[in-house]
Amino acid sequence: MKLNPTIILKAPISQREKMRKMNRTLSERIHIDFFLFFALLSLTALGLFVLYSASNGNSLLVFRQIARLGIAYFIMIIIAQIPPTKMRLWIPWIYLIGVLLLTAVLIIGDVGKGAQRWLDLGFIRFQPSEIMKLAIPMFVAWYLADRELPPSFIDLLVCAFIIAVPVLMTAKQPDLGTALMLAGTGAWVLFLAGMRWRLILLLLLAAAAAMPALWFMMHGYQRQRVLTFLNPESDPLGAGYHIIQSKIAIGSGGVFGKGWLNGTQSHLNFLPEHATDFIFAVLGEELGLVGGLVLLAIVTIIMLRGLYMSTQAQDTFTRLVSGSLILTFFLSIFINIGMVTGLLPVVGVPLPLFSYGGTSMVTLMASFGVLMSIHTHRRLVAK
Amino acid sequence: MEKKKVKLKDHLKEVGLFNRRLLVALLFVIVLTLMLILRLCYLQIIQHHLYTTLSEKNQVTLLPIAPNRGLIYDRNGVLIAQNVPVFNLEIIPDKVNNLEETIEKLSKIIELTPEDKEQFYKQLKQHRRFDTVPLKIKLNDDEVARFYVNQYRFPGVLISARLMRYYPLGASFSDILGYVGRINEKELNKIDQTNYAATNFIGKVGIEAYYEDQLHGEVGYQQVETDASGRIVRVLKRIPPKPGENLYLSVDSKLQLASEKALGDNFGAVVVIQPSTGEILAMASNPTYDPNLFVKGMTTKEYNALQNAPGRPLFNRSIRGQYAFGSTIKPFLALEALNAHAITKSYKIKDPGYFSLPGSSHVYRDWKRGGHGTVDVIKAITISCDTFFYTVGVKMGISHIHAILNDFGFGQLTGVDIGEEIPGLVPSPAWKHKAKGQPWYPGDTVISAIGQGYMLTTPLQLANGTAILSMRGHGFKPHFLTKWQDAQGKFHTKPPVTAPVVHADPQYWDIVIEGMQKVIQPGGTAARFGHTPYTVAGKTGTAQVYSTYGKGQDKNLPKHLRDNSLFIAFAPIDKPEIAVSVMAEHSKDAKMIARKVFDAYFEEEKEEKQKHETKSNDHSQSTH
Repeated sequence: MKLNPTIILKAPISQREKMRKMNRTLSERIHIDFFLFFALLSLTALGLFVLYSASNGNSLLVFRQIARLGIAYFIMIIIAQIPPTKMRLWIPWIYLIGVLLLTAVLIIGDVGKGAQRWLDLGFIRFQPSEIMKLAIPMFVAWYLADRELPPSFIDLLVCAFIIAVPVLMTAKQPDLGTALMLAGTGAWVLFLAGMRWRLILLLLLAAAAAMPALWFMMHGYQRQRVLTFLNPESDPLGAGYHIIQSKIAIGSGGVFGKGWLNGTQSHLNFLPEHATDFIFAVLGEELGLVGGLVLLAIVTIIMLRGLYMSTQAQDTFTRLVSGSLILTFFLSIFINIGMVTGLLPVVGVPLPLFSYGGTSMVTLMASFGVLMSIHTHRRLVAK
Repeated sequence: MEKKKVKLKDHLKEVGLFNRRLLVALLFVIVLTLMLILRLCYLQIIQHHLYTTLSEKNQVTLLPIAPNRGLIYDRNGVLIAQNVPVFNLEIIPDKVNNLEETIEKLSKIIELTPEDKEQFYKQLKQHRRFDTVPLKIKLNDDEVARFYVNQYRFPGVLISARLMRYYPLGASFSDILGYVGRINEKELNKIDQTNYAATNFIGKVGIEAYYEDQLHGEVGYQQVETDASGRIVRVLKRIPPKPGENLYLSVDSKLQLASEKALGDNFGAVVVIQPSTGEILAMASNPTYDPNLFVKGMTTKEYNALQNAPGRPLFNRSIRGQYAFGSTIKPFLALEALNAHAITKSYKIKDPGYFSLPGSSHVYRDWKRGGHGTVDVIKAITISCDTFFYTVGVKMGISHIHAILNDFGFGQLTGVDIGEEIPGLVPSPAWKHKAKGQPWYPGDTVISAIGQGYMLTTPLQLANGTAILSMRGHGFKPHFLTKWQDAQGKFHTKPPVTAPVVHADPQYWDIVIEGMQKVIQPGGTAARFGHTPYTVAGKTGTAQVYSTYGKGQDKNLPKHLRDNSLFIAFAPIDKPEIAVSVMAEHSKDAKMIARKVFDAYFEEEKEEKQKHETKSNDHSQSTH
């Protein structure tokens, strides 16, 4: 009698499985969300156009970026094939390895531009903090998945610990931008998990109160960035130069822009970092308000699709993961554009799919891979 | 079952909670997106105009272009001041982050002396932040190449090809041309800063300073697009500068070199004037200096060394050296004595070898012990009889001496077009009262009559006076500039300006000139001058040097400053072509120096004539 239920149950499930396999859409079969995929492709295309101009027509640089994009898309597709159940099994280990690598970076990491962010493995150099962009929200979601929501105070403390360790280690490197993004990702999970509003408000107040303490913990250049943000004109040739030139670039672009490849601010090198963190200024200068709106429209489409996809997730873990990842994507877009347009202080956050550079792009596409995996595996999860 | 129920409830509750939170997040996303859109609208629509202006200001700069300085030629078209291209290392301070570090790094690829740096920091204070400041001038090809290879490391540092002043004949013309040097703070306040926006050099002394306005020209502009490091990407508009005017001087460089050569090792000066125009044909002195050193720039040490070198090379003897006339004063006084009817042609004295004022035991000696015997005015000039002129001087009085010397241009600026001139001194009782607070004593008149005492003149004044004398009173103002060529290539001539006419009876002129002619003949004081194929009238002089007037008598002066020899002369007598004054410090060579100058002049003239003749012969042959 003990064996019976298994026998009875087994047959319908395998039947249903078969049925489902037959009914599966193409999207579900190859685990790619076409809507999201094409939205990402159009954003990528726009990004490459702007990068070509920002690099002064350096096609070699653009090809290198295309190669990176190829790898990033490939990783997205691969990750999309992994069922969320597997991810859920692996995630504690990935988190642990991530923390270990961060420790390694702090001890033996390569120094690039005055900060210790890279780990050189001989054949590849990468920033372990990037792994954490995925590992933190997924591990927090893993922790909360089996617990009663909204999370209890104890659970929140555990989550805060899970988030704080890699965030502080990253901030120590120092990489304020990434640390901020990591904290944001973790925070999104807690927010989506239903953390009480009272507590959120309390935390925000506490954060505001902790500002002075944070000030003393900051490095000189970080403080300078904040000061410069508050009054960029105070130091027009020093720290304020970036933001002034960036505003000039965007402002002089007007509604329709100066035309592709015709931006004087970037082509005559007045605009610093115009191929990396400040690439949005190139878009603003050459393609104008219209270009900016097109970019934001594509981002909005991605957001709407991403948020819809998270509502379709079938369990707590996947819901929390997909919701926090798509919101993190938006956060990085907002922080970058906000910083380039002078709304926010200059923190080194690249513009996803636009800025030249590899690591953050791979992470981003991996997170879209997770999103697609969750969405295209959802009928399997929902027993 | 109960448990399952609860769980199911929880599940629904959780989904509801999650979806609510997601909705809040969506609102959040929408609000932030709207913020970005509003921000973009603000920057790109409302502030568009402001940022467009800033963007244009970023890239478009107005760069001044220095005009080419006018060239200077001698009377025969020989180039005596030109511009040669040099490569300078320059810095735009505004575009350099750390000036000291940049210079430190630069010194590793281009050798920079402490003087270069010192000069640079001095210049830095005088320039605006966004102007270029020269760090090192005259880079060699190697240095230029080394810099270009490393240029990317040095934003705000550039190499400019500039034209630099060059004086091909160097030291030979420094007294006339002067030199250009870097503009200093004092000059910066005087000049039109807009017109000199791209100019680094300005005329400091001599012709270069006197005709600065004509030589400089007018600044041009180019509107250029530059990148962030100040490199010119392209030129949008160009208003070319108006080059300076080319000057043609009266100087004959061959005669100038010959005069310099004639001076030899003597410290002294030679001035040659064409009496019929007042044009200065030569104005040489020894020792002198290479004006190119000033263009390159000297350190304080080098400058001091030059300043204090033996004979003081920087001292322009011809116009700033003040010397006692000595006996060269005598022809002028003889003319006045005749003019004022103090003496006649036949007036004679018996010279015992000394002179005393009536009622005084003080003796004024003649240069010749025992005297010259019976002396009339012609002989007095010929043998330079002091006693005769003591007597005649006292006879006509200081007012006549003063008047005639003034008429011949002494004791005042000649107005020669190189500035820095010193007027010399022709004393008068009024002057002495004012300057010394003392009355004029009869003794003052006595020594004035032989060109001593307070009497001071410059070699240029002597040559000028001689020229007027040779023209029998109808002289011209001494000058250098004869014509100039403006930016359009058009020539303008500057007509000679007549000097105030000195009136005297024609026969008085004859008497004086006869006396001077005999000076170089056997029996005259300059008999050693020798026989000449041209007629010459001259006068020797021996004089003592005063560093400043008002120092009183010569007794306390060091011996090596005594007994300068002077010589004035003109030739030919009936139609004077040149009037010469020579001053040789503590030497007796003045007359022999003058002889060489005359010979050089007439030799050259003869050659020119022969050349002309062969030319015209060729011409006539070809026409026939």
